Amino acid sequence: MQDSRAFAPSWSGDADEFVRVEELVKIYDDTVAVQSLSLTVRRGEIFALLGSSGSGKSTLLRMLAGFEEATSGRIYLDNEDITQLPPYRRPVNMMFQSYALFPHMTVEANVAFGLKQEGVAKNEIQERVFEALDLVQMAGFARRKPHQMSGGQQQRVALARSLVKRPKLLLLDEPMSALDKQIRQKTQLELIKILDQVGVTCIMVTHDQEEAMTMADRLAVMSEGQIVQCGTPHDVYTFPNSRFVAGFIGSTNLFTGTIVVDEPDHVQIESPDLTRPLYVSHGVSEPLGMEVHVSIRPEHIRVLREMPADETNWAHGMVGHVAWMGSYARYQVRLDSGMMVEATVPSLALAQADAAGIDDEVFLSWSDDSATVLPS
Amino acid sequence: MKPASWRRLLPTSRSLAILPPFAWMTLFLLIPFLLVLKISFADLEFGVPPYTPLVEIEEQTLSLVLNLRGYALLFTDNLYISTYLNSVKMALLTTLCCILIGYPMAYYIARSRPSVRNILLLAVILPFWTSLLLRVYAWVGILRNDGLLNSFLLWLGVIDAPLEIYRTDLAVYIGLVYAYLPFFILPLYANLVKLDDRLLQAAYDLGARPWRAFLHVTLPLSMPGVIAGAMLVFIPAVGEYVIPEMLGGANTLMMGRVMWTEFFGNADWPMAAAVTCIMVLLLIVPLMVFQYNQAKQFGLLKRGRTHG
Repeated sequence: MQDSRAFAPSWSGDADEFVRVEELVKIYDDTVAVQSLSLTVRRGEIFALLGSSGSGKSTLLRMLAGFEEATSGRIYLDNEDITQLPPYRRPVNMMFQSYALFPHMTVEANVAFGLKQEGVAKNEIQERVFEALDLVQMAGFARRKPHQMSGGQQQRVALARSLVKRPKLLLLDEPMSALDKQIRQKTQLELIKILDQVGVTCIMVTHDQEEAMTMADRLAVMSEGQIVQCGTPHDVYTFPNSRFVAGFIGSTNLFTGTIVVDEPDHVQIESPDLTRPLYVSHGVSEPLGMEVHVSIRPEHIRVLREMPADETNWAHGMVGHVAWMGSYARYQVRLDSGMMVEATVPSLALAQADAAGIDDEVFLSWSDDSATVLPS
Repeated sequence: MKPASWRRLLPTSRSLAILPPFAWMTLFLLIPFLLVLKISFADLEFGVPPYTPLVEIEEQTLSLVLNLRGYALLFTDNLYISTYLNSVKMALLTTLCCILIGYPMAYYIARSRPSVRNILLLAVILPFWTSLLLRVYAWVGILRNDGLLNSFLLWLGVIDAPLEIYRTDLAVYIGLVYAYLPFFILPLYANLVKLDDRLLQAAYDLGARPWRAFLHVTLPLSMPGVIAGAMLVFIPAVGEYVIPEMLGGANTLMMGRVMWTEFFGNADWPMAAAVTCIMVLLLIVPLMVFQYNQAKQFGLLKRGRTHG
């Protein structure tokens, strides 16, 4: 509390800022789990921390919950410095990956546990417990023990338990990882609905980019204890700032090449992987002759049987594999250079008589605005 | 369906696995106990063995004689009744002390780092490497009027006259708690070490201070370990012979000593057998009730799973 910043946090503009992480560092014995990480989350927002295991996302979440002590840096929640508060004094509740329901208590007792610690009056506890169970449609299970329920039901109870105290910040640790794939999507949408209804600010951790894109208002891609990119799912998907992000959020085709034409409104890049130059309809900050990477999403690549008339943005190759995905098919095409390129084709296009099959010669083509130049 | 029907007659791998312990228990527990039960219904007789046979054929008459002298004496003589009560009381108090001392120890061991944990566990098991007799003798050396403890306290000046501990009930309690403490710590440790850390974190997260999290999460979840450990202490403590014999006074009444006296002192095998049978009954009934409750809980759990 000696730290003057505790009283006068240096807000940077956004009035909706609710959670603010400032230069947070966590060092275990000799490994750096989180390095100088700063982050802001707005009020009422669902924010996803996305990364593979070891990226530091779970450590960050545990520091927000108070289970891990930060080596340095500060965490503010609603203008209050909570960095030093023990977990039982933070207005933060967490839904654990394993749900961590108390196995010896009924559903009702599990949900009531947090309120009892606060010393809430008995009849109010009863009322709020059933309100929370109603919210997740589990009121009929109040007398059950956790082991008498399915994974999905346990998850609902865990959610009710973490919402019943009306926390300022809700933390979700890999909320869907313990569920079957079939019910995941349905549960994701239900969860968003409940969170919207309650209006709670929520930070979730996930390694599943689809989950993050479905649920989050904004997301941060983490790697090696740092945030690589932060933005709305759409922005991060459309304008990845690095090869890492482009590959992590969705799949993509990456070409390495050198800039041969550098104009304010477009660039041309020649890549040894392609016979034709790449034409990108946006300017870049990199100078002429610089080596850069170009990302083209599979859904932006068309698979054609005839040679395009354009000078740029196409390639010749042979179909190596076609994977039928239901609403679309995923083509693997081997270019003349030997590089494998992925393209997705809608099922409707496949129904046409001249749709390309395995070992057919094809031309891949993409529009000027579908390629993104990545600085790193 | 023919192959299935004859296959059912063959032992399954499951029943084969049960066979060795089953045979062991029959041979070394059930048969000896039946022999003791038989002797308990016989009458005292001078000779080898020193008791009358239970079944006799004489002049084409098969007679089965059940002599209830031992049992009658047991329930009429105050000595036996108070010995039983005293044994149970001492065993209960010993168990309680083991819980109070052993729980923090087991908890600390289970919460310590794995490298330290093994050393601590070794320290708990280490006394088993010497004979119980030797260790109880060591306690005699410590507790005697001119023993280590009294010499030390006198030297410190805390007391001016030696404390009378040796040959009192207190010495027996000290000996019992000392000897049986590891039997309490080990099963409880095995339970506590499995406790999911995340449950405690969840409790903290929901606003429980550490001691409340302990009271409402750790303690109830460790009850099976506490009960298992308490059983392991209570049951052998009731029939303990060596410790009351070596540390207790003349009026320390315990079942083990009475049995010993009846058997070796009075050579009254039927009486000793009757004492034993009643003691076994006394111990088995609460144990069965406990087992039944456990089985009922487990049964509920299984049914719940299939419904869920």
